[in-house]
Amino acid sequence: MRRDLSRTTAIVGVAESDEIGLTPSKSSLMHHAEAGFNALADAGLGVKDVDALFTAGFSTLATAEYMGINPRYTDNTSVGGSSFVIHIAHAIAAINAGYCEVALVTHGQTGRSARTRMPADGNLPGPQFETPYGIVGAPINYAIACSRYMHDYGEDRTREAMAEIAVATRKWAQLNPKAMMRDPMSFEDYHNSRWIAWPFHLLDCCLVTDAGAAYVITSAARARDLPKKPVWVLGAAEYHDHSLMSQMPDLTVHPAKDAGNRAFEMAGVKREDVDLNMIYDSFTYTVLMSLESLGYCGPGEGPDLFKDQRTAPGGDWPVNTSGGGLSYTHPGMYGIFTVIEAVRQLRGECGQRNVNPKIALCNGSGGSLSSAGTAILAVD
Amino acid sequence: MTQATPPIPGPTPQPEWDYYWEKTKQRELWLMRCKDCNQAYFYPRPICPNCFSRNTEWFQSSGKGTLYAFAIVHRPPMPAFGDKTPYVAAYIELEDGVRLPTNLIDVEPDSEHVKIGMACEVVYEDISDKITLPKFRPA
Repeated sequence: MRRDLSRTTAIVGVAESDEIGLTPSKSSLMHHAEAGFNALADAGLGVKDVDALFTAGFSTLATAEYMGINPRYTDNTSVGGSSFVIHIAHAIAAINAGYCEVALVTHGQTGRSARTRMPADGNLPGPQFETPYGIVGAPINYAIACSRYMHDYGEDRTREAMAEIAVATRKWAQLNPKAMMRDPMSFEDYHNSRWIAWPFHLLDCCLVTDAGAAYVITSAARARDLPKKPVWVLGAAEYHDHSLMSQMPDLTVHPAKDAGNRAFEMAGVKREDVDLNMIYDSFTYTVLMSLESLGYCGPGEGPDLFKDQRTAPGGDWPVNTSGGGLSYTHPGMYGIFTVIEAVRQLRGECGQRNVNPKIALCNGSGGSLSSAGTAILAVD
Repeated sequence: MTQATPPIPGPTPQPEWDYYWEKTKQRELWLMRCKDCNQAYFYPRPICPNCFSRNTEWFQSSGKGTLYAFAIVHRPPMPAFGDKTPYVAAYIELEDGVRLPTNLIDVEPDSEHVKIGMACEVVYEDISDKITLPKFRPA
């Protein structure tokens, strides 16, 4: 990875859509647009400053038209919820190559209220070889991967860590007024919650909400002229190694292993330099295996990272301070929300939940643990 | 009024998978392997995903293997599975050297009875006039 690309770009604006959670009166595109305009306002920029549009899900054609943007550069990389973290790496490339200077990255989904759903493409291997067996959707696929980790490294200690993650994440959500689930959660609540797909309880699973989010990423030179403190991109990388979970080379190793190594290499920082980890928590287990594969511990040692609520408020190793996909919001593809929270934390805008980080890591998972995007961000 | 559970969404065979479904209809499990690198692989495709050779062939699987990973599904992922829960979503590691997504049947669907590593063998289940699914049961 090119070290000289580190700190050449910065995130200068972040926002959610006007209201998130349950919004039956809003479409997915409305969430894109509200979040996009809100992020531009946060950046002190106008829509006419935007020369690049990045999104996943919808074509950028639809989003650009809806918002009235005429981009000179677009990126529609759509590899699941990690896409919006991967967009950071793509923006570094495009901005440094001179294709654009101000890139707007938008997301909007109404997983809870959508009136129509996209049909699956019956031509693909998934509908051919997995769907007829009822192997379809994230909870079942991720549960299968988790069963293998439990087998290889111990069911009880993995389960204990998953409970720690669920409870700690809920504590963070209680400090976030925008979080959907803010009622207290005890360990007993976790263990007593119903099975969705063993080994996953209900409280191992992320929410399904309506929400949008957006961020603005630009060149270092432009960032210095804007009102808010720039959040520098130290390093960013991506990887994918399969599409179907049944094709995953090693069910216990997240593609973040590869993406993370290259993001750290570009950033020139060490694991112990990271003050805050924002990890896509589609499931409690996703957090465990992501952090393990990112190199914070050795294979099979992931459960030890979460002992005694050390990732919760007041703990020594904060993770997912927004309340995550588990308790804050998860409209379908959550990855962008790791970036929104990391930027706000680095700027010191998170009120009572702020942990005053200097360096934060965002990691997105996409598909069936198929793709990873890792970004390392920092403030001066 | 209760609505009838819709049928299981059976596959629409694609050109490279016609043969696979023809054979399961005959209650045989056929897989593909590469004649250059000698690797078997799943799902079938004419170009080897390991060494990219086109020198590949079909072969008949023994249908024997072990349970590699699984989930016990309690919440149906789509209406067609509404009356089928709980069921075991399973990956079987065949002795032919491939990992196959399927269901483990004829077993109590709970984590006391379903254990990774247990020996399994193929059985066949007709889901329509056209499609027969290979499934597995404890051997």
